Amino acid sequence: MSDVVLAGELPFPPRPDYLRAGSTLASWLTTTDHKRIAILYALTITVFFFMGGAAITAVRLELFVPNGWFLSSDTYNRLFSFHGIIMVWFFLVPSIPNTFGNFLMPLMIGAPDVAFPRLNLFSWYLTLVGGVFAVYTLIAGGVDTGWTFYTPFSTMFSNTHVLTAAAAVFVVGFASIATGVNFIATTHMLRAPGMTWFRLPLFVWSIYATSIVMVLSTPVLAISLMLVVAERWLGLPIFDPARGGDPILFQHLFWFYSHPAVYIMVLPAMGVVSEIIPCFARRRLFGYDFMVYAIIAIAGIGFFVWGHHMFVSGQSPYASLIFSFLSFVIAVPSAIKVFNWTASLYRGQISFNSPMLYALGFVGLFTTGGLSGLFLASIPVDVHVTDTYFVVAHFHYIMVGGSVSAFFGALHFWWPKITGKMYPESWAQFAAITMYFGFNMTFLPQFFAGYLGMPRRYHTYPAEFQVYNVMSSAGAAVLAAAYLLPLMYLTWSLLHGKRAPNNPWGATGLEWTTTSPPPPNNFDIQPLVDRGPYQYHAERESAGTDAPEVQNARSLR
Amino acid sequence: MTDATALLREPWERFERQQRAGKFGIWIFLASETLFFGALMLTYAVCRVEHPDAFAAAGRATNIWFGTINTAILLTSSLTIAVASQAAAQSERSRTLVLTCLGLTAALGFAFIVVKGFEYKEDIDKHLVPGAGFALSEAAAQLFYGLYWLVTGVHAIHLTIGIVLVVRLIVLGATRRIRLRENPEIEVTALYWHLVDIVWIFLYPLIYLPGRAS
Repeated sequence: MSDVVLAGELPFPPRPDYLRAGSTLASWLTTTDHKRIAILYALTITVFFFMGGAAITAVRLELFVPNGWFLSSDTYNRLFSFHGIIMVWFFLVPSIPNTFGNFLMPLMIGAPDVAFPRLNLFSWYLTLVGGVFAVYTLIAGGVDTGWTFYTPFSTMFSNTHVLTAAAAVFVVGFASIATGVNFIATTHMLRAPGMTWFRLPLFVWSIYATSIVMVLSTPVLAISLMLVVAERWLGLPIFDPARGGDPILFQHLFWFYSHPAVYIMVLPAMGVVSEIIPCFARRRLFGYDFMVYAIIAIAGIGFFVWGHHMFVSGQSPYASLIFSFLSFVIAVPSAIKVFNWTASLYRGQISFNSPMLYALGFVGLFTTGGLSGLFLASIPVDVHVTDTYFVVAHFHYIMVGGSVSAFFGALHFWWPKITGKMYPESWAQFAAITMYFGFNMTFLPQFFAGYLGMPRRYHTYPAEFQVYNVMSSAGAAVLAAAYLLPLMYLTWSLLHGKRAPNNPWGATGLEWTTTSPPPPNNFDIQPLVDRGPYQYHAERESAGTDAPEVQNARSLR
Repeated sequence: MTDATALLREPWERFERQQRAGKFGIWIFLASETLFFGALMLTYAVCRVEHPDAFAAAGRATNIWFGTINTAILLTSSLTIAVASQAAAQSERSRTLVLTCLGLTAALGFAFIVVKGFEYKEDIDKHLVPGAGFALSEAAAQLFYGLYWLVTGVHAIHLTIGIVLVVRLIVLGATRRIRLRENPEIEVTALYWHLVDIVWIFLYPLIYLPGRAS
């Protein structure tokens, strides 16, 4: 409390924090507090994460042997489709933005809440409705189109529950749009006095850029799914080539969303890492301005690379050429970010706390995933490895190695702030390291299997690929254990953990100036900002080991 | 901004800021809606480029009178809601004017739906629904009508939502449960209404004018 109170002022009267401000179920289900809504989202996506995880566990078990041993091919198809749909739209897209973004963004900019608190709650309910459709799809028998819903299979040939699956994604898409609108308006309208654009923490920048991508790309996904439903359910000809329609058009519409969606999933992760690395290196972030420009460049160029998913779909070779070029171009800002994170470590005082382990893991895995992405941007190589496990390995390095690592990094970094409890550090470090090794064990072999020609989504495979699949499945078991560990020790910490101080890591950032957990209105006194983020040491000096001078909250009078 | 504190909501400290945020937020949402309808129009464009003759024949089969009347109705409704929005923002004694204009807007929106209903009925009678027994000989004309039903349907849903929003303002305003003057909800609703209108301005030539020149 002492760093919040100016000399001469009396301590504040006791007031409940946001967790204890109301204890009934109704006080949670009708809350408009962004912090509580973040918790609601966190619980929801945790459930979905383990549902999607269970589906893929069955798939990996099945792939231990070349010809399968306990699943029918139909069930196999439905399991990987369910895994994809759940993990993309019900875990990865809402993961960091809707939990940490919701919780932290207002705190980081010194605001009492998001711009439209009721819309925020509405968005959570939309996510639930979408989730109900998704779970219904599973119970009713599943969907076997893969997460991509390609026509004409999805419109004409699939005998599974395409309709409800599409409805699930359609509805959750509008939750995404609502959240995006809210975050953009919040960033523009609710920054604390002195919080200029170039004093925003990079996490806020990344959430802001992500929101723009959400708002502009998700409606196109909604339309593409609506067209599938219209053709399948109402019999309107849209993509049916027999009636003059164009099935490739669906792929264009779908990837116009789904490629930017990759950046919806990874930009917030980059934001998280940009917060963690300076803190545990006790270092100013290297090249803040360029980090901002890189975020904006990624969000912008991300809209113009979708054609690299369609090099073998029969699009014009000239279009492919341009998409290939732009896909190389987008690697530049991503590389700038990787170099800047690395440079931030230089002459730092690095400590390997669990959030830092996750962040460093992110940098390595994201780099691997990104560089393999360059292989795929190159048309000749892509033609060779299209629809193989090389692609699967590539995007899992970005989505799981990158985004999920960063999600766990954020979970550990801000856990004391969110819950007011410290977790057992050794367990957390153990889980972080296990996760890193489990991940590489699962997905590194898939690069080799894919390069040698093993196609994705197939139930059976030639015996020569078995060694890669056994390694991959064994790794998946390690990975599963590593995901279950935090569930246990974090739950334990809620009951038995030590009380967290306001700023356990000695981090900069407004969220650390308020209490842990924060009060319902975030700040007892309106913060006033007079410097940029990440001022861990004086300019042009090396990192010290002492705690930085944190931004003071001041009275506005 | 004297009595505006009644309209102030969490988390805002000042009403002007809240008002600006509301407007800003709806503009962002309208950008999203533009992409929504944009994707539909792109689909239309691709199909039309692939089958220009079929689209010309299909366009000639539409009833331009319904479309033209509806265009006039919808543009007039934009005028009335703009008047309502301006009156609410400025004048001291404009409550009746605001309510009247909102009422006219809702009525015109409803009239559009009714005209559209008659048009749909005629289309069904003329077998312009894709599927077996479709009236036109060109196969790809079914594509045009597939998109026609879809895009006008989605537009009508948007318009219905708009009507509900306007009626809500009328009911709450007339029973004095919300303050109409300076209420940002009126302008926000009006902006949404204008978007629905602008979408129609694009749809009118796409649906009714192909194949009619020369």
